[in-house]
Amino acid sequence: MKTIELSINQKTHRIEVDPEMPLLWAIRDIVGLKGTKFGCGQGLCGACTVQLDGQPIRSCQTPVGSITAKQKITTIEGASTRLEKIIQAAWIEHQVPQCGYCQSGQIMTATALLKSNPKPSETDIENYMSGNICRCGTYSRIKSAIQTAAKNASTKSKS
Amino acid sequence: MSLESRRSFIKKAGATGLTFWLGLSYVKGNNAAISTGAKSLTPFIKIDATGITIFNPNPEMGQGSYQAVASMIAEELEVSLAQIKIKNTGGEKEFGAGQWAGGSSTVREGYLTYRKIGAAAKEMLIKAASQKWGVSPESCTANEGKVLHASTNRSLSYEDLAEAASLLEVPKEPKLKDPKDFKMLGKSVNRPDIPLKVTGQAEFGIDADVPGMVYSSVERCPVIGGTLKSFDSTAAMKVPGVLKVVSAERWIGKYNSTGVAVIATTYWAAVQGRKALKIDWDTKGFETFNSTDYEAKLRLLSNEEGLIDKQKGSVDLPADQVVESFYETPMVAHSPLEPMNCTVHVKGKKIEIWTSTQVPVSVTGPGLMGDLPSLMGINPADITLHAGFIGGGFGRRLYFDYIVEAINVAKQMDKPVKVVWSREDTTKQGPFRPMTFSKMKGGLSAENALVSFQHKVISPGFMDSAMPNWDKTKVDSMMTEGISSQEYVFPNMKNTFVLADYHVPMAAWRSVTSSTLAFAHECFIDELAHKAKKDPLDFRIGLQPANSDTLRVLKKLREITNWDKPLPAGKARGMAQWDFFAGLSAQAVEVSLTKNGAVSVDKVFVVIDLGTVLNPDNVKAQVEGAVIMALGAATQPGITLKNGIVEQANFDTSPVTRMNQAPEVIVAIITEGAKIKGVGEPGLPPFAPALGNAIFALTKKRLRKMPFEIEFV
Ligand code: FES
Ligand code: FES
Repeated sequence: MKTIELSINQKTHRIEVDPEMPLLWAIRDIVGLKGTKFGCGQGLCGACTVQLDGQPIRSCQTPVGSITAKQKITTIEGASTRLEKIIQAAWIEHQVPQCGYCQSGQIMTATALLKSNPKPSETDIENYMSGNICRCGTYSRIKSAIQTAAKNASTKSKS
Repeated sequence: MSLESRRSFIKKAGATGLTFWLGLSYVKGNNAAISTGAKSLTPFIKIDATGITIFNPNPEMGQGSYQAVASMIAEELEVSLAQIKIKNTGGEKEFGAGQWAGGSSTVREGYLTYRKIGAAAKEMLIKAASQKWGVSPESCTANEGKVLHASTNRSLSYEDLAEAASLLEVPKEPKLKDPKDFKMLGKSVNRPDIPLKVTGQAEFGIDADVPGMVYSSVERCPVIGGTLKSFDSTAAMKVPGVLKVVSAERWIGKYNSTGVAVIATTYWAAVQGRKALKIDWDTKGFETFNSTDYEAKLRLLSNEEGLIDKQKGSVDLPADQVVESFYETPMVAHSPLEPMNCTVHVKGKKIEIWTSTQVPVSVTGPGLMGDLPSLMGINPADITLHAGFIGGGFGRRLYFDYIVEAINVAKQMDKPVKVVWSREDTTKQGPFRPMTFSKMKGGLSAENALVSFQHKVISPGFMDSAMPNWDKTKVDSMMTEGISSQEYVFPNMKNTFVLADYHVPMAAWRSVTSSTLAFAHECFIDELAHKAKKDPLDFRIGLQPANSDTLRVLKKLREITNWDKPLPAGKARGMAQWDFFAGLSAQAVEVSLTKNGAVSVDKVFVVIDLGTVLNPDNVKAQVEGAVIMALGAATQPGITLKNGIVEQANFDTSPVTRMNQAPEVIVAIITEGAKIKGVGEPGLPPFAPALGNAIFALTKKRLRKMPFEIEFV
């Protein structure tokens, strides 16, 4: 057991954990933020995606002990930047979710995509998003929502 | 609930505030495949000082019931979705036997009922207002949660009228709105669950957060059919955080098996403890079972006569041309993205459950998928169920084996326990969609007219898997689903069923057995069309009686695909249709070959026949999802067993369709028919045969085995 400090959604949490515990379980079961989901535990589905200093990571593959207090974790509950709000609005516009279980991970991954590539082509989107499984098959809507969000982010930033 | 008990119920409720419960009695019709029973008096609307709540008894698993039920009631009640709260029910007695989701049944079975519930409440509220004002009910109208008296410019909110309305007689035949006056039904209104799902606020079963909760991970016998002999928990108990190691039984259908549950302060510690277990399993001879041997057995069994499902005329008359084929499909896993899980707190006799389930009714009492309390010897009144949003059902969560197991674990612990299955557990332990093999035979005259058709299904049985004393001399109609109810007119036909013994638990999978039988049936129709030198669509149309629903769907498919216009070189298409208990759809798939000879699925056209449509955009979403699920099942490895153990484990070995594999899907909705049909499943069965037929059109290679042994991009 080790005391670990985590900065999640701009709040510091001091937790007592086995440093080998994946960040996913620390976020969900110890900090109590349930928006980040467990899908496969092996880095194969993307349901557990959060951002670490703006980069998307698979929290099920990241030992909590490998994270320092200075690193900033953002989960779906903390998705509050302008871009993230534009993305969530596009998700609603295109009525993307069905069961919804994969969608936190999809949105966190899409955010990272648009940050690194504000005008992705369809192939860029497919390449970037294909690590995120949606068993309900909402893929075409995710694609459209990302395109809409990209457009809105660029036009609105100019205005 | 009788009027008498409803009155006393209202009184009790009234004592705690201004509460208005509305009950209405109606009977739910039997559904041939999986639904039985009746919905009884049910209070679906609550109006009190905090506002209007509509209760949703059909669990939300992505299909849109959360909106559908609320909007059917709200439309007639004259409230907008923004004005109401929606609450999922948890198998409470007063909400009746209809508390489940499956068989695409929410709208096709509840359309009139839910509307009547809203309409009756509206009439009662209007009557209450008219009595207060001393005017006639006819001079009042209802809108946006208020009753209005236009000529005197008076209005009262539903909240203010609730108490008086609750004491009125419930009208037996309330007047329903003319569909042309609908404000939300029939329109693509945004789903109220979606904002919760893009912000991480939707609570799924796995998100249960109960104070004092501990966690458990269960090691189950890797050999399906085996069970626990003995275990040594010494090493596991030394893992920091591990609190207790217990054995726990899991029951599914007629099978049961005991596993070893490690209970710990965190899920991670439970998983570490589980790895340290030493277990001796009793594999009961199943350790030598291989699915390749079983498949060989099914092929052999195809020589048996079989039980007759449906027969017409005589198929024994000699035909000028005979076509024979054999089709095979694999078992598949449901793979909902939310792994199986269940949280249980046992406090003396009281049992509180938090989980994702498609059958709340069966968890708290008798329901169409069984009766958990009587099975476990629990008094139904002692069970409280909190049913969360479901992170994917697809049929898997029609079975409550994981709830039984979690109760058995939690009974041995004085704290609430959350049992979480790993992805590997979720893939490997079943239940699975059964494989079906199909022996097909057709006869054509010298003039290429179809004279006879035969479909023999060889498979394990759902009923045999579910019940210890299933009468094996009877056809298991869930295993021949749809093959005898297509609208084709065959002069002579014979459909039969051969049951194969099996020890692997079986489960309905989205669109049940139609997901495999349509493949054999509709590819074989295609084979016959080619033999008869006819266009596959014309051939099917020629087999339809005048004015059949299928005919309407096939004609629409011709229109939206531009069927009569040839495709550019290098492209080809195939089509199929399927009509079964859940509904009716026809599809055409366009394919092309890449430079490397792989097949590319370019476009999918879908016609779905509904009778009425609640939310067209949601129908489209459901069809898109069904096609993507069908594509995965047709082209990716299924579930196989070697030495008794399931060979697949996670999404690497048991893959599902990913974004880069998803084709474009074009959907046309038909609402001209009189019959209301389902949405969630009908988009699935025609896809695999349409794809197989398209590949034949492109390559002249006839694929008769799923998953297709051909390369896809
Ligand atoms: S749960 Fe982490 S990638 Fe699937
Ligand atoms: S919406 Fe259900 S898994 Fe994506």
